[in-house]
Amino acid sequence: MNQKRNDNILDIQDLKMYFPVTRGLLRRKVADVKAVDGVNFKLKRDETLGLVGESGCGKTTVGRCILGLYRPTEGKVLFKGEDTATFSEKKLRQIRSNMALIFQDPYSSLDPRQSAGSIVGEPLKIHQLVLSKGEYRDRVEQLFRIVGLDPSMTDRFPHEFSGGQRQRIGVARALACDPDLIVCDEPISALDVSIQAQIINLLEELQDRTQGLSYLFIAHDLSVVRHISDRVAVMYLGRIVEICKSRVLYENPLHPYTRALLSAVPIADPVLEETRDRIILKGEVPSPLNPPPGCSFHPRCFMAIPECSQAVPPLRDIGDGHEVACIRV
Amino acid sequence: MTELLRVNNLVTQFKTESGLVKAVDGISYYIDEQEIVGLVGESGCGKSVSQLSVMQLISAPGEIVGGEVIFEGQDLLKHEANGPEMRSVRGAKIAMIFQEPMTSLNPVLTIGQQLTEMPELHMEMNNDAARKRAIELMSMVGITGAENRIDDYPHHFSGGMRQRVMIAMALSCNPRIIIADEPTTSLDVTTQAQLLELMKDMVQHFRASLIIVTHNLGVVARHAQRIYIMYAGRIVESGTTKEIFANPRHPYTIGLLKCIPRLDEEEGTKLVPIEGLPPNLINMPPTCAFLPRCSYKLDKCAREPWPPLKVVEGNHYISCYADTKEK
Repeated sequence: MNQKRNDNILDIQDLKMYFPVTRGLLRRKVADVKAVDGVNFKLKRDETLGLVGESGCGKTTVGRCILGLYRPTEGKVLFKGEDTATFSEKKLRQIRSNMALIFQDPYSSLDPRQSAGSIVGEPLKIHQLVLSKGEYRDRVEQLFRIVGLDPSMTDRFPHEFSGGQRQRIGVARALACDPDLIVCDEPISALDVSIQAQIINLLEELQDRTQGLSYLFIAHDLSVVRHISDRVAVMYLGRIVEICKSRVLYENPLHPYTRALLSAVPIADPVLEETRDRIILKGEVPSPLNPPPGCSFHPRCFMAIPECSQAVPPLRDIGDGHEVACIRV
Repeated sequence: MTELLRVNNLVTQFKTESGLVKAVDGISYYIDEQEIVGLVGESGCGKSVSQLSVMQLISAPGEIVGGEVIFEGQDLLKHEANGPEMRSVRGAKIAMIFQEPMTSLNPVLTIGQQLTEMPELHMEMNNDAARKRAIELMSMVGITGAENRIDDYPHHFSGGMRQRVMIAMALSCNPRIIIADEPTTSLDVTTQAQLLELMKDMVQHFRASLIIVTHNLGVVARHAQRIYIMYAGRIVESGTTKEIFANPRHPYTIGLLKCIPRLDEEEGTKLVPIEGLPPNLINMPPTCAFLPRCSYKLDKCAREPWPPLKVVEGNHYISCYADTKEK
């Protein structure tokens, strides 16, 4: 294996993913849904990058492009320096042992007819990482212990587990091949409040214990994303509008959308809530089928000027890795 | 302030094949005129069932087996669920907004047909008047071009817009109380904020009271004046919002506040999860249901029945034997 020393595990360059809209018998293409429209970011080793945005902003599509589940329309997905967007299916399969995905819904993402042990162990078989049955069993039991499940439960089926335990099975499956990158797509939003913290802590502990494990943490809950991430990227309608360190996100958000998003999240503190600024946005997110010209946020923006509708503002670095795509800041 | 609704010792059970589920196990609460009250708990704690019981919308195998719901001097539970007295209250004086705006509107009727139904039924308006009122309500809840949109079907509306229609519908008969059951849970964050703000304005405008049923502590911190915390079918803590957040005293409330990440937390803050799982409500033991997960438990807790609510101070109550102050 060519283990090039590279600080960035992931380097996304101008990623675009358009889904064609077809009509009629001949399925003529009539338009594109621009789910992801020019996204750039880097993910370092051992780092957690949070990707937040509202439904339909393209955050899940970004995750799927990274895993090679979608072939990007344009742009590069450099995973350890190699562009996976150009890989053949066979090569993609190989590289996927290095990356894993944790899904949102622990109820539908586990095969109900497969035992928990075989769900967790399946990646080991697919990627031929174990040589004997004994080694397979040991590794599965070890994975169960890592995620805090009793190894004696390997023969049970998913319906015998609670939601939190199921998500632990999902985490164990993701860890099976010792990946360098785990894409977590809304891993806790289907869980009960008191269980969410257990899974967040598990993910944090795993990263502390494992050398070189990076997370791309996709979620809509800003408080959770800010808690777990080192840096946060905020997406709106297929583009990143702001990236910064998670501490800066709350203290000094610059993009008007980020500010509105932050103010929309209530904090569990009634005294603080009385004094907080509230920016209530007008209208709803426009359709990605027909995004507004220029900055796609300008029709809802409280800072918009006529120039905003003319050109798409690029992400620019305003110092200390804080990037923002707005001409008004 | 005058008391508008009082629920005493409400018990709702479901008889299932595997045993008796006490979904609501003797809860008591009240709401004053023009007050916003939050009812907080995790899924399965009985918060929705308790509200459906108030409206007598429980169907078999569920059954309301005890308690009182005092509204305008009468016990609503004494009325037949489908009788004229209950019908004149349900939807008219006490209205409800449900969680799923996608499924709670009828897909084969236009918005106008659904919005005029209640005023025609309860306020005996004729069709023209009801239609006029529907358009007026739609504009009030922020649906632009209401005259043109009234004949659209629900699928023409986005999730946020459908929930606005639901809010308009709840307001259509000038209710005294609106019960909002997880009103914004399935919606986007910015839409959630818009709608909660709208609901607050609307209940103020109509001089109604609002019960927000939610699992989101942030939502009640922002909007509610008083809150009730529920766990396993019971109210475990109640008080003014400020008092409960500043001085939570039930171990479950304390745990909840420590296990949710806060937007304004310091870097490196560790979450403290509540160990274990919410209990299975089938054939519950008579002791405190939080006992297996509790870090304050005493020997007494395993022997005695579920602790009754006791005063902490003023209007702040908890259901706990342990002294949880400043641990």
